[in-house]
Formats: sequence, structure tokens, C-alpha cells
Amino acid sequence: MSTTEWEAVLTMPVSEDRDHVQGPADAPVTLVEYGDFECPHCGAAYPIVKQVQDRMGGRLRFVFRHFPISTSHPNAEQAAEAAEAAAAQGRFWPMHDLLFEHQRRLGDRDLRGYAEQLGLGLERFDRDLAEHVHAPRVHEDFLSGVRSGVNGTPTFYVNGVRYDDSYELETLHAALEGAVASQRG
Amino acid sequence: MTTTNVDERVSPLLSGTRAPDFELRSAPDQTVSLAEFRGRPVILVFYPGDWSPVCSDQLALYQAVLPEFQGFNAQLLGISVDGIWSHQAFARDRNLHFPLLADFEPKGEVARAYRVYRADDGTSERALYVIDADGIVRWSYVSPVGVNPGADGILRALENLAEVGAS
Repeated sequence: MSTTEWEAVLTMPVSEDRDHVQGPADAPVTLVEYGDFECPHCGAAYPIVKQVQDRMGGRLRFVFRHFPISTSHPNAEQAAEAAEAAAAQGRFWPMHDLLFEHQRRLGDRDLRGYAEQLGLGLERFDRDLAEHVHAPRVHEDFLSGVRSGVNGTPTFYVNGVRYDDSYELETLHAALEGAVASQRG
Repeated sequence: MTTTNVDERVSPLLSGTRAPDFELRSAPDQTVSLAEFRGRPVILVFYPGDWSPVCSDQLALYQAVLPEFQGFNAQLLGISVDGIWSHQAFARDRNLHFPLLADFEPKGEVARAYRVYRADDGTSERALYVIDADGIVRWSYVSPVGVNPGADGILRALENLAEVGAS
């Protein structure tokens, strides 16, 4: 038995201003993912989250936060910064999708290629990555995850509480519907 | 709680206990003792074995969180019953840059002293200890073996130490 128990809850609440958000602010369920673009498990979860979003539409709000584990994934940090550099030009989600769809191609030249594909201003994109302009943001996400009990990627939170069950499609969908129901309850 | 009976039998040393000293190999030509870190907090991470999937994820996470631990001037030490050569290959392969101690001979002696040895399978529990600058256990936690306990409990314990120290 442990000498201390605690509940794993989101210590940094979702902020519409700060966070990358899909779905309405007043959706009954918010799903937060702490993820790493180079992590194969996150890659496996990526289409599942998309399917759950399709099924639930406006009843689901989805938030993505960075949790690059550079120890295991040498390109994860730079990929996260590339996503933030895209965000600075209003294109976070398209970059998020491209990165997850090309997990094995996250070298610097690949990242620049995705920026080009998205029509980003390349001068600014290059500078942001070279000077690590977005590293503090990525680190802030990472730390908030550590403090919230993220113990690997992906880690999900459903309405602020860590979701420890499988992220297989039907299981995750059922859990999110359950959270909708309990909101009504 | 969903802990099993087996887990409930495990009771680590509690807060306030003097942490048993030890001296173990961290490299073929190097040993590490607990006493040498007197004056700063020590995070002692018992894990069942090098190479197993959960251990790798857990230690990779701690490597990533290492700067935060260092912010508390804390020393991170991993410890398992694996031998030093396994530790060395494992650390190199996984990019781990903190000492991994070999609780190898007599096998599991330190794990036993910290009451986290698993006699059934000859490994140790997945257990965390935070030891203060005076060598006193201030926090301990035993996770189910298959569950990565994360780093939030450690950071909370270090924060509590810092608060006590400041007051």
C-alpha cells in the first residue's frame, strides 16, 4: 500500500485562449490529450480521436498538449515546436495532423516541408525553430502534464480527470458518452 | 482502490524512518553510497528490471523531468537487482544520464532493507522514496508493478521538503 494517495487531475485547466482547442467551449465533455508526435502509441490514438470527434460532433471539445519524451524520441521536441510555430501562423491543427500522419519523418527538413505544404511563412517558421521561440510553451505543457500525473504518452483527461482505461475506439467513445450523461445527471 | 492483496501486503518504510544506508556499484569501477548525498534530497527509484517496457517508460520520463528534480537540488538514483553490465547497456540504449545502482550481490539486499523486495520473482517492487537532506525518509510509494507511477508524487514530496526547509 502506498503511504500517500492522490487523484490524477488536470492541474492546469483548459484555457480557450492558451490551448489548442477543437469543438465548442461549452461542450459537455472535454478530452485533453498529452501527446508526443514521435510516439507510436500517440500515432495509434490519432485516428481514434478523429473518429470519436466525428461521432460526437459538437458534444466534444478536444485539446492537445505537448508531452515530448526526448529521451526516447529525439525528434519529438522539434516536432512539438514546429506545431507551435504553425500555431503562431494560425495553422496548429493542420500541422498536428501532418505530423501524426508522418511520424517517421520528423527531421528538420521534413518539418520545413510540412510548413511549406501548409503555406506558412517560411522565414518566420525557420527562425522560430532555430531560435526555439516556442520551447517555453512546449515545456509549460510538459510540466503541466508531469504535475497532472502524465506517466507516458498518450495520457488523456476526461473533464479534468485522468482516463486510465483503453483508448480503443468503442471504450473511449463509451467513456466520453458516459461523461456526457453524468453532466446531464 | 483496485490494488490487489499482493500489493496491500507491501508496506514500504514510512515517512520519518531513517533511510538505510547502502553502497552499490553504479559502474564497473564506481560505487555510490546514500551517505554521500547527505545535505541534499535523494529520489530513490526501485524498479523491477532493466529492459522491461514499463521500466523503460518510467525511467525515460524521469530523465525528461530531471531538470525539475535538479531544481530542488535532488539526486535521482535508479536501483534494481540487475548487474552493472546490464545497467550500463540499458542506460546507453535509453539515453539515461543518472546512476543506475546494481542491487546484485547479495541480491536484493537493499530492496529488502527498504521492504520492497519481491521474493516471489526475485525482483523489487516499483517503489519510490524521497529522502531528505538528513537521510530521513519523507515520502514513499509502491506502485502496482505494471503501472508507471509518473513523477507528480515525487515533485510534490520535494516541494513539501522545500517548504519545511524554508519555515
